[in-house]
Amino acid sequence: MKRRAFVSGVGALLVSACSKVADTKAGASLLSAADGWHKKAQRALSGRTALAREYEKSDISPFFRGNGSLSVDSDAYRAQADKGFAGWRLNVSGLVKRPLSLELDDIRALPQRSQITRHDCVEGWSAIGEWTGPQMSSILEKSGLLPEAQFILFLCADTLDGARYYESIDLDDAMHPQTIIAHSLNGQPLPVINGAPLRMRIERQLGYKQAKYLTGIEAVASLDSIAGGKGGYWEDRAGYQWYAGI
Amino acid sequence: MKRHLLSTRLWHWINAFSVIVLFMSGLNISNAHRYLYWGQWGFAPEQAWLAVPKFPGWMTIPGHYSLADARDWHVFMVWPFALGLLFMWASMLLSRHFWRDLRTSPKEWRATAIWHDVVQHLQLNFDHEGSKYNFLQKLAYGAVLGVLLPGMVITGLAISPGFEPAAPWLVDSLGGRQSARSIHFLFAWGTCGFFIIHIVLVLISGPIRQIRDMITGGRL
Repeated sequence: MKRRAFVSGVGALLVSACSKVADTKAGASLLSAADGWHKKAQRALSGRTALAREYEKSDISPFFRGNGSLSVDSDAYRAQADKGFAGWRLNVSGLVKRPLSLELDDIRALPQRSQITRHDCVEGWSAIGEWTGPQMSSILEKSGLLPEAQFILFLCADTLDGARYYESIDLDDAMHPQTIIAHSLNGQPLPVINGAPLRMRIERQLGYKQAKYLTGIEAVASLDSIAGGKGGYWEDRAGYQWYAGI
Repeated sequence: MKRHLLSTRLWHWINAFSVIVLFMSGLNISNAHRYLYWGQWGFAPEQAWLAVPKFPGWMTIPGHYSLADARDWHVFMVWPFALGLLFMWASMLLSRHFWRDLRTSPKEWRATAIWHDVVQHLQLNFDHEGSKYNFLQKLAYGAVLGVLLPGMVITGLAISPGFEPAAPWLVDSLGGRQSARSIHFLFAWGTCGFFIIHIVLVLISGPIRQIRDMITGGRL
């Protein structure tokens, strides 16, 4: 018992020392600087356009787990769902030459990409599914990015704990061939738990980047003045790394 | 001649600190999803081969559940850990420490020789003439330096979705991402097992001298 108390004492000491370091400004900025090193290291290793692994149909998991928001708690959303999202719009705005407002039929009429990929949640689990939709690059080319644009922001219909969900990526990921706006999972319209009617797929990053219930994409020059300023719901709320490749 | 080279001593303490922080922040990350799977995918208890217990606050960094902070610590400390390991292997090969002290000879793998070492260990007789380390020590250090620690780096990389495009074959050769995650967990506990035995043996073989020598270098 004494030894156990000693071990837990040493453990607690290290834990509190670590929280002291993390609480200091220098400690916190060092820890968050690592975020940038990982992005640079990974992009240097594989190249900015390297593809995430794609699987065979037989690898698809029997169910695709939903996590975070499992629906949108509003009458407007429920009314949309009843009509098969016939009136849903995806607005393309911000630093673009031609703002767009696309219906689901417009999105289905664009050139499509299907990809069977693995979704890795930050918590540790994985599921495999086939996603279909237009590449984000084709939509951005249609609307024409202005030279000041640095990031693409995803605007969502869902709220978690009272705050609107949002996410963002840089232009490398926005123009990546596997970055698609998915309207289908395994050949069927997206289920509500997986983000109906539209969600993002950014295949080289973790699940919290894959914004669901997508209502808009906005090109911006900086993330600083948006919501909590860290570029995403979980980044603002819990301090998750903005670069979610690790 | 020093008992421990400067490179060994430097690496030993950087590695010890990194491994402890990685292990404790890893336990916090484990609390986020306490199921382990084999293969590429897995997301629910019924697919799991192991339901992992929830680790209490005194075992985790930070001391309360925070996946974001634990990940910050984990992916930060992996840099000194992985680069340190690379440095240690380079210096062990260059200084011939590996060939001279850690490599085993076929003679040592004979059952009678192994039995002799086990008996000596159990009698707490740690004197070994001739070579610097006895067979069991070589085996333990070889397993840690050659398998467990590099295995942690390799399986850790294989879990990372941003690394996978650089080497998808790595994930496949480990049996899939969830298998890599399971092996990462098993190797972490293997390393923890080595750590406990290592501390116990230091404590019963003259801890003051052992720790002093690992700081100053000591004398042969």
